[in-house]
Amino acid sequence: MISRKVKSRIFVTILFLVLVLVLILFFFRSLEENIVYFLSPTEINNKESISFNKTIRIGGLVKKNSIIKKNNSINFIITDLNNEIIVSYSGSIPNLFSEEKGVVAEGKLQDKKYFIAEKILAKHDENYMPPEVIKALKESEY
Amino acid sequence: MLKKFFPNKILSLNNNFFTVLAVVMIFIIIIGLINALIISPPDAVQGNSVRIMYVHVPSSFIALACFGFIGIASISTLIFKIKIFPLMAKSIAPVGLVFCLVSIVTGSLWGKPTWGIFWAWDARLTSMLILLFFYIAYISIWKFVENYEKANKISSLVGVIGSLNLPVIKYSVDWWNTLHQPSSITLTSAPAIHYTMLIPLAIMLIGLIIYSLMIFLMKYKTEIIKFKLSKKNKGK
Repeated sequence: MISRKVKSRIFVTILFLVLVLVLILFFFRSLEENIVYFLSPTEINNKESISFNKTIRIGGLVKKNSIIKKNNSINFIITDLNNEIIVSYSGSIPNLFSEEKGVVAEGKLQDKKYFIAEKILAKHDENYMPPEVIKALKESEY
Repeated sequence: MLKKFFPNKILSLNNNFFTVLAVVMIFIIIIGLINALIISPPDAVQGNSVRIMYVHVPSSFIALACFGFIGIASISTLIFKIKIFPLMAKSIAPVGLVFCLVSIVTGSLWGKPTWGIFWAWDARLTSMLILLFFYIAYISIWKFVENYEKANKISSLVGVIGSLNLPVIKYSVDWWNTLHQPSSITLTSAPAIHYTMLIPLAIMLIGLIIYSLMIFLMKYKTEIIKFKLSKKNKGK
């Protein structure tokens, strides 16, 4: 059977664990704003106080047929399928940037629907497939 | 099962055993690499940079698994004071540290061509970096605290606290918006990786696990010998 000594050690260890867990929970609560890497258009829309001078990141999908390229500048729409934000950017874009794919833009909000980006990052999804399979899938759709 | 890890069994493992293990490991890793680098197809979206995955994913898995083991061993040490657990945890820590480092380095090399940057302070990457610091802390305590009992106690506390970080790493991609993509392989649904890519990944995982096991057993054997010698010296 478990001796009293071991029992008291179990008690102390569990107490210690609970204490640390509570501390970590508080830690995450207070850091919530910083842990989130980007905000979705809906989160921007629902936010009451937005500081327009601060650099933030927004993310979502690039809306289909929304990319307009002009010389060095590019305009597109980030959507989370509920709300949209128009993004304006000039500079180099990552290779994986394309329509209906994930994107994260870093920059400043002008208003709740217009964003000027200083940096564009591509966010890829968890699906890995060889090109032939994608082709076959697309062909079977039509 | 546990009996196999008892000190006397480990001490009986000789060089022949390790040579066989090494040959098997090298064989599997070569097959895995041929599959991963040559036979497997490029990804439809990412192209050839997807091949980094075959090292990155197994490394991350082993880094997490090793600290999970350290966590379990630390709790057992704190409660039951079984002598072999701290020796086992101490031996597996360097393996975990190396794979944690490999995971972070390959991850940033992969991040540049896909995301466009080497490093982002998102939840997954940051929590992985914290794991690296926990490994460093755990190993340093064993190195720099000279009193064995004291080192055992402090390192166990670090092991327990650090293992609370593991679920954060695992679920960071689900709990928060991150740049890192969500898990492709989950227990509940079919993998989101095509089988032509899943096979080399599995072979690489097996190969690297055998490698980890080999290094762990070698280090564990050394630790047991060291422990026995220190006991002997104390007796004199």
